[in-house]
Amino acid sequence: MQIYFRGLLQRRSLTLATGVTILSLAAGCHKKAAPPPPPPPISNAAPAPTATITASPSVVNAGGGVVLAWRTTDATDVSIDGIGTVPSAGTRTVNPTESTNYHLVAKGDGGTADATARVTVNAAAQPASNLSESDVTDSVFHQNVKDIFYDYDSYDIRSDAQSTISQDANFLNQHPGLKVVIGGYCDERGSTEYNLALGENRANAAKQALVSAGLSPDRLRTVSYGKEKQFCTEHDESCWQLNRRAQFSLDK
Amino acid sequence: MNRRLVKRPFLLTIFVTSAIFLLCCFSGASAQDWVRTGTNLGVQRIRLAAADFKAASTDAQTDPLKGVFDRTLYNDLKNAGIFDMVSKSMAPTQTPGSPQEINLSAWAAAPSSAEMVAFGSLSVNGGQENVTGFLFDTKNAQSPQILGKQYTDTASEENTRHIAHRFADEIILRLGGGLNGICETKIYFVSNRGGSKEIWVMDYDGEGQHPVTRLGSISISPRVSPDNSRVAFSSLGKDGWSIRMYSLELGRLVGFESPAGTTLSPAWSSDGSRLAFSSSKTGDPEIYTSDASGGGVSRVTAFRGPDVSPVWNPKTNSQIAWVSGRSGLPQIYIMDSDGANVQRMTDGGYATSPSWSPNGQFLAFSWNRKYGPGAPGGQDIYIMDIASKRWIQLTHEAGSNDFPSWSPDGRHLVFQRQENGRTEIWSMLADGTEQQQLTRDGWNAMPNWSWK
Repeated sequence: MQIYFRGLLQRRSLTLATGVTILSLAAGCHKKAAPPPPPPPISNAAPAPTATITASPSVVNAGGGVVLAWRTTDATDVSIDGIGTVPSAGTRTVNPTESTNYHLVAKGDGGTADATARVTVNAAAQPASNLSESDVTDSVFHQNVKDIFYDYDSYDIRSDAQSTISQDANFLNQHPGLKVVIGGYCDERGSTEYNLALGENRANAAKQALVSAGLSPDRLRTVSYGKEKQFCTEHDESCWQLNRRAQFSLDK
Repeated sequence: MNRRLVKRPFLLTIFVTSAIFLLCCFSGASAQDWVRTGTNLGVQRIRLAAADFKAASTDAQTDPLKGVFDRTLYNDLKNAGIFDMVSKSMAPTQTPGSPQEINLSAWAAAPSSAEMVAFGSLSVNGGQENVTGFLFDTKNAQSPQILGKQYTDTASEENTRHIAHRFADEIILRLGGGLNGICETKIYFVSNRGGSKEIWVMDYDGEGQHPVTRLGSISISPRVSPDNSRVAFSSLGKDGWSIRMYSLELGRLVGFESPAGTTLSPAWSSDGSRLAFSSSKTGDPEIYTSDASGGGVSRVTAFRGPDVSPVWNPKTNSQIAWVSGRSGLPQIYIMDSDGANVQRMTDGGYATSPSWSPNGQFLAFSWNRKYGPGAPGGQDIYIMDIASKRWIQLTHEAGSNDFPSWSPDGRHLVFQRQENGRTEIWSMLADGTEQQQLTRDGWNAMPNWSWK
């Protein structure tokens, strides 16, 4: 968590530094221009783009899922190295096999901004099917059983979550001795009690999806956390998306 | 002016038009009246003076305690919402300690122009505090006394505040249409001051804040029983959320048979015999009722989606208002307590946290009418007249407001406000005026006003 925040701060200052550089370059150009015409009003200048990107978690085992969440302003062309052109704000799950810098570039009329999120990948995991259940530690569990994410005020299983559920169920069906606790989480907006009920619906929807994929309901327990235990504490959509999830953990 | 020249049909039109215009004016002028009448705030406020009490002893404790008493009494009467208080700077310079010492015409004259005067004396002798208080009608020279009261207790700041509250409540009872004052009521709430979210309690004016539970987990949604003997709340344990019951008389948890699954948001019926709550024992959060120890559970709702935050109509205990997400974003609904006659009350937005007014007429709730992705609207406190579904907004452009709770006199609401990164508890009159902050330390939320 701390690493995550420190990373974010560094990226923020990097963005700021880029912005300052662009500004001072623009000022330099102006000095060279003929003196008489007064500088145009600032409001006419296109605002410089801003860009932020986060990766969560920032450390995974090989093949583990990482949610990239980014946001830009005043950008017309946004791309992430290795992914290509992306919407101006959004989230995407990636499965890096080696440590990767996800470098976001936002170009706009007012210049260019960039931001980077680094994901550190630990040594390759053993093939899941070879593991005996006693070898399934929390980190092995999390790299094989991934969380699923929900739309705003919804507990419907999205299509991207369906494939995650299939993989999760696949691993869990290979390890019938494992029990799972499903935590239902919501973003920080809205009311405490309603969010706890909604979190319960999310956890239950995830449970039903696993049951449909062949798991015995006896192995699955749900707990709603509503907005009581926020995973990400920034006040923006990328963070809210990370918080709107069902989290699977080993029930010991 | 040209009336004689105007033909009859035209005259009629003018007449009808002006009649409509007058009607509009009238309904416009009375737009707030339904709120003020329904919330017992009235229209005409009594002009009341609270004189500084006279120190009637030389004990060193006298002056400090008299300061506490004068301040508490004045604030209590000001908070009541039914008086036009004479500011202390407009009071006559005399400090009457007894009926013989008061010059009523001086209080009745401008600038104080008081219709009523509260006055008296305070003394401390040998650790005992004595307060004598009077309420006089300045317009009744023959028999001006409305109230004469005497109080004795161990001399302390807390007891002094308590005596002032009792005297204020006597005055409010006499002058406020026979409704009990709220100066001796409590507000239960959630605070994280000790490190974890626990149930706390304070006096109605924010004094005397202290913790009730020390469970070290997350405890929320406190609801005190109508007889002030127990607090029901929901708490996160190893197996998720359950309803727990704390005895204020025994000072410990007592048994409550909470159903399996996520069980949330308890609510007492006004006779203390039933609780309503939300439970997901079927896998989907639904509204249930039970007796006060968790037995005799009966399911009330059966809809897909979140159903939570029930509250009884305290006038009849035959209806329940609650929050349901059956149609998408949460809305306020009401139904009979057996689940019949479901009626949706709010027409959109994001509506949560209903509280039913003591007279059964209103729902107070939190509503974000512009809610949705990309539309960060305000979350504000509203009240709605249930019969007509007319509503008014009570908070405006001041943070995110939630969890309103009615005072037993129906004149006040307490609520939580999140603003500038802080979440604190505020109170206000039920017409949205006189907003005041009650907590200042840590994160404080989900207030619940005691029934008496």
